[in-house]
Amino acid sequence: MVKTFGEFILFLQSMLVRKERFKTLFERTIDESVTIGVDSIFIVAIVSAFIGAVTCVQISYNLVNPLIPKSTIGYMVREMTILELAPTVTSIVLAGKVGSSIAGGLGTMRITEQVSALEVMGINSASYLVFPRIVASILMFPLLVILAMGLSILGGYLAGTLTGAISAQEYVEGIRTDFIPYNILFALIKSVVFAFLVSAISAYKGYFTTGGALEVGSASTGAVNNSIIAILLADFVLAALLL
Amino acid sequence: MIEIHNIQKSFDGNPVLRGINCTFETGKCNLLLGGSGTGKSVLLQCIVGLMKPDIGSITFDGTVFTNNKVNIRQEIRRKIGMLFQGSALFDSMTVYENTEFPLKMLTPEMTKEERRDRVEFCLKRVGLENAGNKMPAEISGGMKKRVGIARAIAPQCTYLFCDEPNSGLDPLTSLKIDELIHEITHEYNITTAIITHDMNSVVEIGDHIIFLHKGLKLWDGTKEEILNAQVPELKEFIFSSSLVRAAKRVDDEGGLEAILADDPHPQNQ
Repeated sequence: MVKTFGEFILFLQSMLVRKERFKTLFERTIDESVTIGVDSIFIVAIVSAFIGAVTCVQISYNLVNPLIPKSTIGYMVREMTILELAPTVTSIVLAGKVGSSIAGGLGTMRITEQVSALEVMGINSASYLVFPRIVASILMFPLLVILAMGLSILGGYLAGTLTGAISAQEYVEGIRTDFIPYNILFALIKSVVFAFLVSAISAYKGYFTTGGALEVGSASTGAVNNSIIAILLADFVLAALLL
Repeated sequence: MIEIHNIQKSFDGNPVLRGINCTFETGKCNLLLGGSGTGKSVLLQCIVGLMKPDIGSITFDGTVFTNNKVNIRQEIRRKIGMLFQGSALFDSMTVYENTEFPLKMLTPEMTKEERRDRVEFCLKRVGLENAGNKMPAEISGGMKKRVGIARAIAPQCTYLFCDEPNSGLDPLTSLKIDELIHEITHEYNITTAIITHDMNSVVEIGDHIIFLHKGLKLWDGTKEEILNAQVPELKEFIFSSSLVRAAKRVDDEGGLEAILADDPHPQNQ
């Protein structure tokens, strides 16, 4: 465990020494941002809209006390999605999509000697292949989380109003009640930390793949598992530290 | 010229290279010959810096590569072109982009037009001038090898390393690849090292042959000398093929030179 952590740190360090030219890394980061960010919009949109919708319906189902105003449903949807569901669930979804893609891509490059080809050319393969993926993740995860926040609240609105659980006016009143801007900042901090964990862990698992196709599959699975565990641990630590 | 001094490498206590000393000469096709598991690929990986030898040193034209400063190693690496066994083409790039890649990365001072001219020249040199827009998945094994060669020579490399360039290819395509490597080596006066266990390559392009057996260098010489070498392990390796045994019999009768002098391309006859 300690050895693996040490190797992980050395891997991150190797990425930062002998960096490639800024122009090359910038272009690579843009390409990766499209793969990591733009290509993930659909799945993030679907998941977050339904999370908001289900949260709204289930809260209204449990909220039977006539003394509690209906607008509380909107308030709770907002708090749950902004503080926890949007950043954490979105990051877990992205750990599955982006993490497995990073680990699988790098693992395949490793076993087909493409990484060796870069090294022989005198190119720092970690800097060229991994650094742009981590930067792109750190840039894209917060944007996807912001999208997820908006769509979750919208999903809750649609589900609440279409099922008749809450009126549009009550829902809007609820989501505007006792708004704390810091919660948005907290969610974005979480998303940046989760982005780093998912991309770095997945890159580490993929970059050091040895063997054949079976090992690439194992690396992808390991990347997703480890990323999700890291997200949950970091979620707890950040909540304890920042709230 | 590449000089290799006392290279030793072991994995988990099992010695794979046991003190290799040899020289790869400039302007020649230097063949690393030997059976599977004799340490050829490990030696090549030590030479290009993908693996670190336990003991020993490697010198490129007088500059020590092993254990030298990172920037000096990187400087040497940028003069190296390598053709991998599986070609190792970047599968997200076209043939053109694969060939252009080392130029973009290693020679930022080149303009786009200069790069295009160089890529077109290299692709034409390997006979793939019309395949630039194809993806690696769309071309044959022989074409992949040729793209690998084009990518290796694009930045005007000084040293060319080929890891089993004929593996998985039919005899005629193998011959073409061998000839291409041989021509490029002589044309640009580069130091070429080729891993092979193909006796056809030995006969075709073996300017200088180094025979490895169980991590030791047992013999080195030319293709003219190899059939008469008196090393039992080498004789066993060479004459394991019935075709070579037959060639030897013809040679003993004085007819091999005539056979080797023949044009190997039936279409040219």
